[in-house]
Amino acid sequence: MILRIENVTKDFKVSHGPLARATHFTALKDVSLSVGKGESFGLVGESGSGKTTLTRLILQLDRVSSGRILFDGTDLASLSARDLRHLRSRIQIVFQDPYASLNPRMTVHDIISEPMEIHQDTLGLNARQRTDRVVELLELVGLGGQHLFRFPHEFSGGQRQRIGIARALAVRPEFLILDEPTSALDVSVQAQVLNLLHELQAKLGLTYFFISHDLGVIRYVCDRVALIYRGEIVEQGETERIFEAPESDYARLLLSAMPEPDPDRSPFRPPAASAG
Amino acid sequence: MALLEIRDLHLGMRSFEGEAHVLNGIHLTVERGEIWGIVGETGCGKSLTGLSISRLVSTPPGRYITGSISLEGRNLLTASEPEMQSLRGRRIGMIFQDPTTNLNPAFRVGEQIVDVALHAGGLDPSILGVGAKASRSERKKAARNLAIDMLAKVGIPKAGERIDDYPHQFSGGMRQRVLIAMALIGRPDLLIADEPTTALDVSVQAQILRLLYDLVQEHQLGVLLITHNLGVVAQICTHVAVMYAGNIIESGSVREVFKNPNHPYTTGLLASVPTAKMKRGELQGLPGSVPNLLAPPPGCRFAPRCAAVQPRCTAAIPPSVAVAAHHEVACVLAEPHASAAA
Ligand SMILES: Nc1ncnc2c1ncn2[C@@H]1O[C@H](COP(=O)(O)OP(=O)(O)OP(=O)(O)O)[C@@H](O)[C@H]1O
Ligand SMILES: Nc1ncnc2c1ncn2[C@@H]1O[C@H](COP(=O)(O)OP(=O)(O)OP(=O)(O)O)[C@@H](O)[C@H]1O
Ligand SMILES: [Mg+2]
Ligand SMILES: [Mg+2]
Repeated sequence: MILRIENVTKDFKVSHGPLARATHFTALKDVSLSVGKGESFGLVGESGSGKTTLTRLILQLDRVSSGRILFDGTDLASLSARDLRHLRSRIQIVFQDPYASLNPRMTVHDIISEPMEIHQDTLGLNARQRTDRVVELLELVGLGGQHLFRFPHEFSGGQRQRIGIARALAVRPEFLILDEPTSALDVSVQAQVLNLLHELQAKLGLTYFFISHDLGVIRYVCDRVALIYRGEIVEQGETERIFEAPESDYARLLLSAMPEPDPDRSPFRPPAASAG
Repeated sequence: MALLEIRDLHLGMRSFEGEAHVLNGIHLTVERGEIWGIVGETGCGKSLTGLSISRLVSTPPGRYITGSISLEGRNLLTASEPEMQSLRGRRIGMIFQDPTTNLNPAFRVGEQIVDVALHAGGLDPSILGVGAKASRSERKKAARNLAIDMLAKVGIPKAGERIDDYPHQFSGGMRQRVLIAMALIGRPDLLIADEPTTALDVSVQAQILRLLYDLVQEHQLGVLLITHNLGVVAQICTHVAVMYAGNIIESGSVREVFKNPNHPYTTGLLASVPTAKMKRGELQGLPGSVPNLLAPPPGCRFAPRCAAVQPRCTAAIPPSVAVAAHHEVACVLAEPHASAAA
């Protein structure tokens, strides 16, 4: 197991105005899961269920209230600042929001090469090599090298998300957190990106922690999946098992709400009746 | 008379690099009771089509080159701005793609919906359900009740309490539902919904689709549903228009187009959706990317990516031909066939 999350709870202090007493909001409650090296692990849950909070804890952008997170056997809370920085090059993230996650004042070239500069000591690439790699990455994610010196606002949402993926791959991480990576993409580009992620995984042995609302995508991408509801894991297991024989009410609810791209399976129209 | 009729719409968009022909001859007819899915790759012109109907494309940089957009016979492209203002929020409801432009963070959610309700009520008093001579406070009270009703209808729990919250106190999904409530409050004849469920969970999405479907059944409005989710289109839409680089390349009843896709682009699009039985790596997708609209390829704009391309494809944009009842395709290879419904 490359990642073990053990009984993690995360409370946030919330205050309702200056006079009210602060209360606690439990965003994650006793969450345990483990991700094997080289697998794709899916996390599915409604908005506000705690998915992004969990990724922030994995990235050590926030501290657990209780419980432990082990990466490659090491408790993340025990790491020195230096070791933590090294570890960060091994774990990268593609963010949810392609509009907010790219610095509008930086060129595509600088956005993608920035993590390579930060992790210069591990990667050892010179400026020229970094630029070459940026071009290579742009082509990998379906954009051309001609976009090198353009700014994020010149791209559509879908193109921006591809830039985000290129940036995450730049430092050759082992563990990639994908927080709704394709929700802003149209299906044809999504297919390219999913196939790209699959190729990269096969080639580089990457581990994916894949967050998505799209159960069709989760089913296609993930070996195992956990369903999170209001901060608690309600079901986890092999993807096929959950899709074929869900045990929790929540899993059944999600599966029944999943829209299939087949007009004959619509809950809104009687089969084969309303054509034309 | 059709509810909405778009004829040969050409829209230019100017940037310092030149003018791009972003809508390149759009034809679309929407009747009451129809839900049209508009699908296609990012940048193909879906949002601009919707924005053109409510005439919200800024000109410049936009320029309507030729064509017409008629709402029950009235050409919207030549209507005055005051007339357009009275159509928006009343006969034409819109849900915009970018949620941040829609709700003002400084005002309570309720105030913002009440404003929309009062605007709509000013144009059609029956919306508020009070007499034309009702006092200002009566109208305000009715608008507030209507706002609470609509919030409850789109699935905001305890709407009566939440109505005085600020937008930041709502989750993304709840904010999206507020926008849907705002677009519906004027009881529009035509609803343009640009990616209305993209940010939502499937369970909330299912609820919104049910709401939309019931509204269409009840009020016979026409809907343009812009989305990249082909599952949503298959479920709720009666018709679908597939766009590529500023053109509708295939359109018709949803069953026809999904069961008998004719255009190679539609085929590729449908093959891009993962299905239950697919193994990883089997997803086909579409190689290549969309053309630069500043220098579009000659003829069919899909030709450079098309596996079945022929010399005649680049001669001219192929006209739309009917290949079956309720099914048109703009491809030189399109052949008439028996309808999928048969
Ligand atoms: N810094 C914080 N302070 C207080 N509450 C927070 C904070 N960060 C997150 N929360 C709350 O924790 C809960 C979980 O939020 P989180 O962002 O993890 O959800 P999510 O599952 O990623 O949702 P989405 O699918 O909408 O992205 C939410 O109710 C959120 O309001
Ligand atoms: N304000 C603008 N100035 C210049 N070009 C624009 C502007 N708005 C849109 N465009 C261009 O017009 C084309 C169509 O844009 P539109 O927003 O309609 O695409 P879309 O199909 O809605 O894409 P998406 O799926 O990403 O929302 C794109 O090539 C886009 O770059
Ligand atoms: Mg999140
Ligand atoms: Mg759009």
